[in-house]
Amino acid sequence: MTSLAALRRSPIALLVVLLLGLTFTGTAYAALQPTAPTTDVAAAATQAEDVEEGRKLFLANCATCHGTNAEGVDEVGPSLHGVGAASVHFQVATGRMPLPAPDVQASRNEDQVKFSEREIEQMAAYVASLAPGPERPDAQYLDLEGADIAAGGAAYRTNCAMCHNSSGSGGALTRGKFAPTLMGVDEEHIYEAMLTGPQAMPVFNDQNLTPQEKENIIAFLKFIEEGGNAHGGAGIGNVGPAGDALFIWTIGIGTMIALAVWIGRKAA
Amino acid sequence: MSTHDNTPAVVDQTTHDRFPNPGMPPHRPRRADVDERASRRAALQVVIFFTLSALGSIAFLVAYYVIDPELKGTIIGIGEINLFHAALGVTMAMSLLGIGLGAVHWAKTLMPDEEVAEDRHPPAASDEDKAAVAQQLSHGWRSSQLNRRTAILGSAGGALGLFALPLIVPVAAGLGPRPRGELYRTHWQDGLRLMIDPSGAPIRAADVTQGSVFHVMPEGWVGHQAFEEHGAEEAMISKSKDQVILVRLDPSIIKSQKQRDWGVDGIVAYSKVCTHVGCPVALYEQNTHHLLCPCHQSTFDMTDDCKVIFGPAKRPLPQLPITVDDEGYLVAADDFREPVGPSFFERERPGLLMGDDA
Amino acid sequence: MSTTRHVPQGADGVRTDGPVVDEAPPPAYSPDQASRDAKFPGVLGPVDERTGLVKAMRFGLGKVFPDHWSFLLGEIAMYSMVICLITGTFLTFWFVPSMGHITYDGSYVPLKGVGMSEAYASTLDISFEVKGGLLMRQLHHWAALFFIVGLALHAARVFFTGAFRKPRELNWVIGVVLALLAIIEGFAGYSLPDDLLSGTGIRAMNGFMMSAPVIGTWMTFFIFGGEFPGEAIIPRLFIAHVLLLPAILVGLFVAHISLVVIHKHTQFPGPGRTDGNVVGFPVMPVYAAKAGGFFFVVFGVTALVSALVQINPVWVFGPYDPSQVTAGSQPDFYMWFSDGALRLLPGFLEFTLFDTVWSMNIFLGSLLLLPLVFIIMGVYPFIEAWVTGDRREHHLLQRPRNAPVRTAIGLAAISMYLVLSLATINDILAIKLQLSINDITIILRTAFFVLPVIVFFVVKRLCLSLQRHDREKVLHGRETGRIVRTPEGRFFEVHEPLDEYERWHLVNHETPTPLALTDGAERDVHGVRRPAALAGGLRRSLSNFFYKDSIPAVTPAELAAAHHHGEHEALDTPGAAAAIGQHGEAVSDIPGAPVSGHVEDENVGAVRDS
Repeated sequence: MTSLAALRRSPIALLVVLLLGLTFTGTAYAALQPTAPTTDVAAAATQAEDVEEGRKLFLANCATCHGTNAEGVDEVGPSLHGVGAASVHFQVATGRMPLPAPDVQASRNEDQVKFSEREIEQMAAYVASLAPGPERPDAQYLDLEGADIAAGGAAYRTNCAMCHNSSGSGGALTRGKFAPTLMGVDEEHIYEAMLTGPQAMPVFNDQNLTPQEKENIIAFLKFIEEGGNAHGGAGIGNVGPAGDALFIWTIGIGTMIALAVWIGRKAA
Repeated sequence: MSTHDNTPAVVDQTTHDRFPNPGMPPHRPRRADVDERASRRAALQVVIFFTLSALGSIAFLVAYYVIDPELKGTIIGIGEINLFHAALGVTMAMSLLGIGLGAVHWAKTLMPDEEVAEDRHPPAASDEDKAAVAQQLSHGWRSSQLNRRTAILGSAGGALGLFALPLIVPVAAGLGPRPRGELYRTHWQDGLRLMIDPSGAPIRAADVTQGSVFHVMPEGWVGHQAFEEHGAEEAMISKSKDQVILVRLDPSIIKSQKQRDWGVDGIVAYSKVCTHVGCPVALYEQNTHHLLCPCHQSTFDMTDDCKVIFGPAKRPLPQLPITVDDEGYLVAADDFREPVGPSFFERERPGLLMGDDA
Repeated sequence: MSTTRHVPQGADGVRTDGPVVDEAPPPAYSPDQASRDAKFPGVLGPVDERTGLVKAMRFGLGKVFPDHWSFLLGEIAMYSMVICLITGTFLTFWFVPSMGHITYDGSYVPLKGVGMSEAYASTLDISFEVKGGLLMRQLHHWAALFFIVGLALHAARVFFTGAFRKPRELNWVIGVVLALLAIIEGFAGYSLPDDLLSGTGIRAMNGFMMSAPVIGTWMTFFIFGGEFPGEAIIPRLFIAHVLLLPAILVGLFVAHISLVVIHKHTQFPGPGRTDGNVVGFPVMPVYAAKAGGFFFVVFGVTALVSALVQINPVWVFGPYDPSQVTAGSQPDFYMWFSDGALRLLPGFLEFTLFDTVWSMNIFLGSLLLLPLVFIIMGVYPFIEAWVTGDRREHHLLQRPRNAPVRTAIGLAAISMYLVLSLATINDILAIKLQLSINDITIILRTAFFVLPVIVFFVVKRLCLSLQRHDREKVLHGRETGRIVRTPEGRFFEVHEPLDEYERWHLVNHETPTPLALTDGAERDVHGVRRPAALAGGLRRSLSNFFYKDSIPAVTPAELAAAHHHGEHEALDTPGAAAAIGQHGEAVSDIPGAPVSGHVEDENVGAVRDS
């Protein structure tokens, strides 16, 4: 939207815009959606090939920390048995894995993803073949069609806001760990994070938050991301009163004092 | 030039001479005082400021009636904002700043800029006034016979001291009910199912996988239903003290036998109300099993009966004893066995509040 | 030779002879014109006969206010308070102070169908349904923050310049009470929308009220009308916020301003300014235009900020639900010191005595700290007056460097306050600086005790060295940065002497000395210390603490001596002296500055008649 383009927004128009925006950001990804699992023989053959390719990639890139059979290495990397395809996709596609250097926690780093979507799928297929685990989400829960933003908000505030902030801007955990911002995160990655509970984050399985509820939460976050909360001007970091305090003690009172100095000074 | 220490020993002020106050410095005229063109320019600037203000006021009214309140747009450096709001605010600012800046500029450039001195007078009264007041007081004291009639003085003092009580006591005493047993009870009781908040679904033990966390309320106290059945006040009280956090731990890492016994196969339920000042202790780190309160960072160790390992809280979070009912759903085995939430004076001595009921 | 004139020292030490001749060309306006045209406005007559208005006008219009930017800090607070009153009235037309439960059906999509209190729903309506309502809400909140920032800086200005000294101690106390009421007023207002963030604040308030020994539980039940959250707290905070506290605030504010009128404003020392006068601009017309204009400036800046910067977006936080919470739960900044103390105080401070619970980990940082800070502030003027034994009136301000111990105490206290305040945003600091929240907390716990000590010594040393620098400047003139090479190859930096107006800024202050108490023997005949002597001993050691390092202002004799000294040094080499003399003269081109170099230093320090 440009500054001059007037856009009339009724709630329905808003939803349309929301969906358009999501299509926009999600297009590239949507093209690479895995097809629904079939029992087709050909597909099974492809799957076996994927597992083999994935194993090779795994040995080359992950085995140092996670062990040659993904059984885990003490004090270095956890076992990947049972983490599922969703977990692999989340960790690798967001650039968290492979971890460049040991740190308190892995950070999102989408510029540094060095695998193609296809390669990530192959690695996911390999890890999923070791033990059953959460699968990647069904596309129907990522299109956000018919999602209930208000219900998503309520679920978000109960389950997510305490760590990720009610505006999705993230927050601190103990000893240097943190809950990252959820702004600009791909729909599928949000879904996979809820499903698999990466790092300090707890797991929200389908009994806890149903796929529909997860979709609602994603829709709520996308609403914020699209500027749905941008009323009343620029938010300062979206961190609540801390941003207000920073502003008032610097620019705010600074402006006032500059004007006071001007008033108190004699004219030339 | 000289490097010697120029700080002398402490000197007595009174014996030393001091510089005299040189008096007001000479007045230096402003540009507008000496240059007619500068003066005209300043006057024009003031007029421009005032005109801008008037234009701002009109623009505000136009914006108010013409711009669509839902209109959004992007402003460089700020991002996408509601343009109606911004337009109202900016035109209002223009209207106000125009007057303010114009008046100040006027005062600075065209009004007299020579400072004047005004003498001060001590606030204290003259001796004459003091004597008059002393006379008045003494006259009042004696003529009203207060010096002789001590009974009047005493009774008047008593009356004035008490008259406010009938006004104050009903207000103070009527503010709230006195505390009784409320703080020692929650709505949990034997057999009540644990329900997911806010969806209201019951929880099977098998659904609670390791690493997951459930935010739980008692059966009948979840969502809209609670408000409809119990009324808003009771529903909010329920939310403030019945809230429970439910996780499954590997039974081998649980350090306390009591904690294991009160749970189900490593599934344990704890009060989510911080024992510090009562915020929800909702930040569960599944890899460290720490619970963190976002308000004041009290940190509780879930593997060690939720004892405090960091921060300002003192007491562990109370554990809710749970079990499984015939259908495989998690239910409470009892209410909490101690008060949940912040400490209070009578916490360990319910008799102070409940009397014989304790 | 010397024309030094001995005039009475101290408060009335103004030279009364020979006013400086104003060489300016005839102004565009002279008072004679006004006298010729002066005509009493007839409409005022009937009013005056019934009210005595004209006498008040005569008193008011002629009042003089000194001009300094720091005197406008209090005005920022005052005007922001007025803006709050104006915008707050607007908000009351729509705000519903009720905790009754309703289901939202407004235009904000993410809350449609969500249950919430009427207070929260009506705040959403003000933000989204009432045209211009959001602007008023933001104006109200930003003005409230400007009010407290202005008030804090104003208090700091008054403290560091010693404006609280006699006769203004009482006004300082009123100001301190105003500050306390302002933050309570702010907290009450911040709590009214009943959103998730402010509700969490009320939850914490409930917790810390409960921590009061003996009466805590009862007090909490009475204030909340029962168990938390109840349905009473929002209506009660509302009436406190819109009626009770504003009435007291405005009342005390009027008393505050009345005392300023009675005392007349303090002024910074300077040529012509004494303890017996006030130098500045009269209300009519200059000050009326400046102060009146500044109201619109403050209002305008607040409007601009409210237009462009979001504050307290309650729709983001969601309605209050005691089982929910958001990361980054902070109150507005003026409550930070108390909330920060709650984060720093360790849990072991809670103990049980005879089966009763004493939560000192909460009580110390909230119910005790809040009043304690303001009590300490309130009594400071009396402590300082007792220590110095100074019973005179003071209307001239002090430069902070000329009261080194007070300045150091003030900044040390501010450093403690800042440590507590920073503790409140330890979670925000942790993510923004990528530090561990635990480390930050531990560092701040240590800093609370260590930092003020360091700040005290550093600031005191800094003040003393600035004072020495001032002396240096008076004695040897201002460094011009020009280096002169003598024929012998020696280098000098040319120092340019100060003129008497510049010098006065650096020499006008008094230098207090430690009290030497001489009120009788410390011990009685049996050698027992008398109680009074004990207090005297404390007073003497405090006085010593305050003033033992005092650096006095330069006296005329010292200046003369310094120049003789400099002259001798310079005259070791006649060429050098000549060079310095030349250049010293050459740069004295400031109007009104006496032209003098080191060679003719007999005249330096002397008052010259023009």
